[in-house]
Amino acid sequence: MNPIAIIAHIGQYFLLLGRVFRKPEKSNVFWQRFFHEVNAIGIGSLGIVAIISIFMGAVITIQAAFGFESPWIPLYAVGLAARDSIILEFSPTIVSLILAGKVGSSIASELGNMRVSEQIDAIDVMGVNSASYLILPKIAASVFIFPFVVTISMFLGHIGGFVLGVAAGVVTPYEFIYGIQYEFRPYNVVYALIKTLFFGFIIPSVSAYHGYYTKGGSLEVGQSSTRAVVYSIIVLLLFNFLLTQLLLA
Amino acid sequence: MIEVRGLSKAFGEKVVLKDFNFTFEQGKSNLIIGESGTGKSVLIKCMVGLIHPEEGQVLYHGKDFLTMSYEEQKEVRQQIGMLFQGSALFDSMTVQDNVMFPLTMFTNMTKGEKEARMQFCLDRVNLPQAAKLYPAELSGGMKKRVAIARAIAVKPRYLFCDEPNSGLDPKTSILIDELIKEITLEYDMTTLVITHDMNSVLEIGDKIAFLHKGQKEWEGTRKEILYAENEILSKFVYATKFLQHFRSKLQAEKDSLTKGD
Repeated sequence: MNPIAIIAHIGQYFLLLGRVFRKPEKSNVFWQRFFHEVNAIGIGSLGIVAIISIFMGAVITIQAAFGFESPWIPLYAVGLAARDSIILEFSPTIVSLILAGKVGSSIASELGNMRVSEQIDAIDVMGVNSASYLILPKIAASVFIFPFVVTISMFLGHIGGFVLGVAAGVVTPYEFIYGIQYEFRPYNVVYALIKTLFFGFIIPSVSAYHGYYTKGGSLEVGQSSTRAVVYSIIVLLLFNFLLTQLLLA
Repeated sequence: MIEVRGLSKAFGEKVVLKDFNFTFEQGKSNLIIGESGTGKSVLIKCMVGLIHPEEGQVLYHGKDFLTMSYEEQKEVRQQIGMLFQGSALFDSMTVQDNVMFPLTMFTNMTKGEKEARMQFCLDRVNLPQAAKLYPAELSGGMKKRVAIARAIAVKPRYLFCDEPNSGLDPKTSILIDELIKEITLEYDMTTLVITHDMNSVLEIGDKIAFLHKGQKEWEGTRKEILYAENEILSKFVYATKFLQHFRSKLQAEKDSLTKGD
């Protein structure tokens, strides 16, 4: 993609956001859609997030134990390393990347399909701001629910690390619990949740942009969905770097 | 009444609509006819603001839609009912929610009032039992009728129909045409129908504009169209075997009258 096209896309993205953040036509309709999206985006993703978090927590614990085999490193360092990996990077970033795949493709294909079947035109012709009606509840719901999902992921990651790490015999229950409490910095959780808020905005807005401006037919809907995931991930990783630099460096 | 003055639209180098002028009259079915790709759908989309034309005016009761503010355009749009080519029903909603959508967005009706209006509209399009169904469970003709029910739910002043008969069998096509004609009179609406179906033209065409290569080639009524002395229009009108047969008969009658003289 040439630089002019990239600038054009960025401009169009912000113009779309300008339309998205207009006052909703009816506040009760907005809240109805908001809770629907909270359920679809947040509650609907809990299953996959739980499974991944438990097993990733276990793998991080086992890998940490594998790396700390030296007698000079205390065993509780396994819990400490697992904790920091889960809180700082795994739960906010990796879970958000997974959600970019699940939620992002779903948003892009839903809006893309509505675009090519003229449903978005129908909303516009009626005098309803289609961008605000369709996209704002998705963004608001994601920004609201992502921190909860990521917090649950952090908790389940630790549970997975504890249960499966102990079951695998790489760490004792006491050492693991001592490790996850050792020099705990609450700011790390704040940092993770701040990142999550940004990711909760990036994923639905970038995906919605690709879906909303789909042109063509069902083939293009699929392509929009793929592009939505790819660009959401790229923007997410870019912001992950920028926010880490800003908040931790 | 809607007046369109000097409307032009091009996509890059390709001019799809050139200096189009027409008055769409209230209480009448105003038809835009022409072959595929002559700019009919572009015209309707320009008129409702889905596409922005390069030049021209679209006057809704004297006020130019294209120079209105966003809020003013919204007010006009709330008076427009539109029937899309593919019906454009919301997949994720039942028929009931589809019909009630404009009522929910623009009125302060209670749930009971909205349901009563929805049922009235569904009865009007002869689909009284369809409320709980999803669009995927409906046939093409039923979808069009639900789309009409949704369009008339808020008693619009203007009804725009983009190829309402496309993909329908002749019998259902006639039903849809009759429905459009009836509700136009019932609500005293300004109705605009885009079509290339000659049955529709002869059934409901109170006022007709023929588009050719983005320009208005001819204007008249359904009574005039069969006798119009326009070669391009005649090629379009008499493209079907049935009407070719009619023309042969017409010509034979004309010839016999000339001989008689």
